[in-house]
Amino acid sequence: MHCHNCLAKIQIPDGAKKIVLVGNPNVGKSVFFNALTGMYVDVSNFPGTTVDISHGRCGGDVVIDTPGIYGISSFNDEERVARDVVLSADLVVNVVDAVHLERDLFLTLQIIDTGLPVIVALNMMDEAEAQGVKIDLDLLEHLLGVPVVPAVAVKGQGMKELRKRLPEARPGLVPPKLKTEIQEMIRCIGSSPEALLVLEGDEEVAATHGVAPGSGREGIYQERRNRVNDILGHVVSESSEGANFSTRLGRWMLRPVTGVPIFMAALYAMYYIIGVVVAQDIVGFTEETLMQGLYEPAVRDFVGRFVSPDSAVGTILTGEFGLATMTVTYLVGLLLPLVVGFYFILSLMEDSGYLPRVAALVDRLMNTIGLNGRAIIPMILGFGCVTMATITTRILGSSRERTIATAVLGLAIPCSAQLGVIAGMLAGLGTKYIAIYIGVLVLVLGLVGKVLNRVLPGESTDLLIDLPPIRLPRGENVLKKTVTKSYAFLREAAPLFMLGALLITVLDLTGLLEDIQIWLAPVTTGMLFLPKEAANVFIMGMIRRDFGAAGLTDMALSPEQTLISLVVITLFVPCIASVMIMLKERGTREGIAIWVGSWIAAFVVGGLVARLVL
Amino acid sequence: MTLAQAKRGQNVEVVAIANDTVRAQAIRFGIAVGARIECAEKLPAGPVIVAKGRQEIAIGRRLAENIEVKPA
Repeated sequence: MHCHNCLAKIQIPDGAKKIVLVGNPNVGKSVFFNALTGMYVDVSNFPGTTVDISHGRCGGDVVIDTPGIYGISSFNDEERVARDVVLSADLVVNVVDAVHLERDLFLTLQIIDTGLPVIVALNMMDEAEAQGVKIDLDLLEHLLGVPVVPAVAVKGQGMKELRKRLPEARPGLVPPKLKTEIQEMIRCIGSSPEALLVLEGDEEVAATHGVAPGSGREGIYQERRNRVNDILGHVVSESSEGANFSTRLGRWMLRPVTGVPIFMAALYAMYYIIGVVVAQDIVGFTEETLMQGLYEPAVRDFVGRFVSPDSAVGTILTGEFGLATMTVTYLVGLLLPLVVGFYFILSLMEDSGYLPRVAALVDRLMNTIGLNGRAIIPMILGFGCVTMATITTRILGSSRERTIATAVLGLAIPCSAQLGVIAGMLAGLGTKYIAIYIGVLVLVLGLVGKVLNRVLPGESTDLLIDLPPIRLPRGENVLKKTVTKSYAFLREAAPLFMLGALLITVLDLTGLLEDIQIWLAPVTTGMLFLPKEAANVFIMGMIRRDFGAAGLTDMALSPEQTLISLVVITLFVPCIASVMIMLKERGTREGIAIWVGSWIAAFVVGGLVARLVL
Repeated sequence: MTLAQAKRGQNVEVVAIANDTVRAQAIRFGIAVGARIECAEKLPAGPVIVAKGRQEIAIGRRLAENIEVKPA
């Protein structure tokens, strides 16, 4: 995906400059963005990615934010988006963490090498001072060839000066050899930034110009790294070493002896916030009181004035799976609070620097199913909403990892919608059956992962992750992330939930739903030893997994039968929205394979459990 | 020796990194060939945590086994 078209959505007035903010993750870039733009900010999504970029006005110019990255090329979606935005820039503001110049200056030099006018904002000067890092600003400015503005963004220091010095932004110093190479490349490409990226072997940029990508990446990177080290040697002097509290806390989070209890505590806190506060108190209010109590009757009443509720259109709009009733209630009353809750916690973990440490902690465990520690992110999200988690598998490094994660999510991770109902029913069964239930799921998850890891071609990527310092997250930042991510998810998923509901209504109206139930009956009674009505529950589970689970509470089942049916509905097909996301993300063939696989897995495992307990 | 064999607290110098993509990504983090790094932490059979100055990176065990180092 190389598209300047995505940027076309951002309106640039005549004569306005495009000022692009670039920086490593967690360097406080968004504080600069807010300081430069003020209140009026638009967010737009890059098609085909989960990446959102904000843009706003600064005087007569337009300021565009980019995702945090370590360099611009094509290693992942964030980099690709940042790259495309940078390529369109008139001026780049590079935000740099003064405490981590060693890491951050690599990106700075890469941007300077593009030949674009650059100004550097050296953030977190107070923290650098506290840690005994002294930086010779004049010399740094001299060696980079661009203005350097010291700042403490969270305290608002340096913002005025940055604004004042924006016009001073200029192209920095590019090493002569690289400069010559770029100039030669410009002849067939026309733009200096794109020439650099082609030299660095960026296949996508090369393809848009119909040239072969260069093979010089390694040499250019190595030379750039040497320059960074050289600059650091001249500019930085450190007075005190020794681990401070943040470093030590970071290490405790990694060492299993302390790290595992910390992780458990974090998970418990998460369970409490989402499972108790959001899922029970908040959803209880939004779903039942607000949506089912007030919204649905109003809509039914309104629609009823124009069409009969029993007509086809009436059923589609306000029937059991109505587009205007159930779907909206589900999206707004149930899903929205849960998704916001999950993204809020994930943003907290991300901004505090904890998430990469969790990834390191669980890496070994994830390796056994062909994933690396990074996959903990979709796994955690899966307990919220499998659809949301499946979209997030995009962050994984290879196609085979995305397949494994998607399959495991679709099969063995119960989403929060059904988790509540399942937990309630399990509680009545006693410890032994709870243990069997969890044991069976863990076993299936492990087995599926292991088998896929064995049979899928290729190799999974290994963990290579930056461990940023442990910091207190900033509320404003966390909220902004939560809002943009939740919005992006709902925008992507809402149409699918609508389509799913429509599909089920059509099946219902045409009588096909009943046919499926009859067709399933031998499996239900013969294989699983359940009453034949249980088939209804499974079918219901296709629309909303919790419908399936909730349906069970109305049936007279023995404890053994309850256990069997809980195992089956957990393993059984994920809801129709996540099936559609699967098809979209993993392609038709693979999506259908996972879908059919979950039918088979659910009934086979359910049958085995039935023979085990009955 | 490989990075996976380094002991906790040991300082080593990077000699070679096998994979192209990983090598490029590692250079960005300052772990280029010739860099002196500290094996800051080792998770049992899991990732090696490498420190260079204030920069810390977690490197999966299999990857660490493919990074050639020598004592510094």
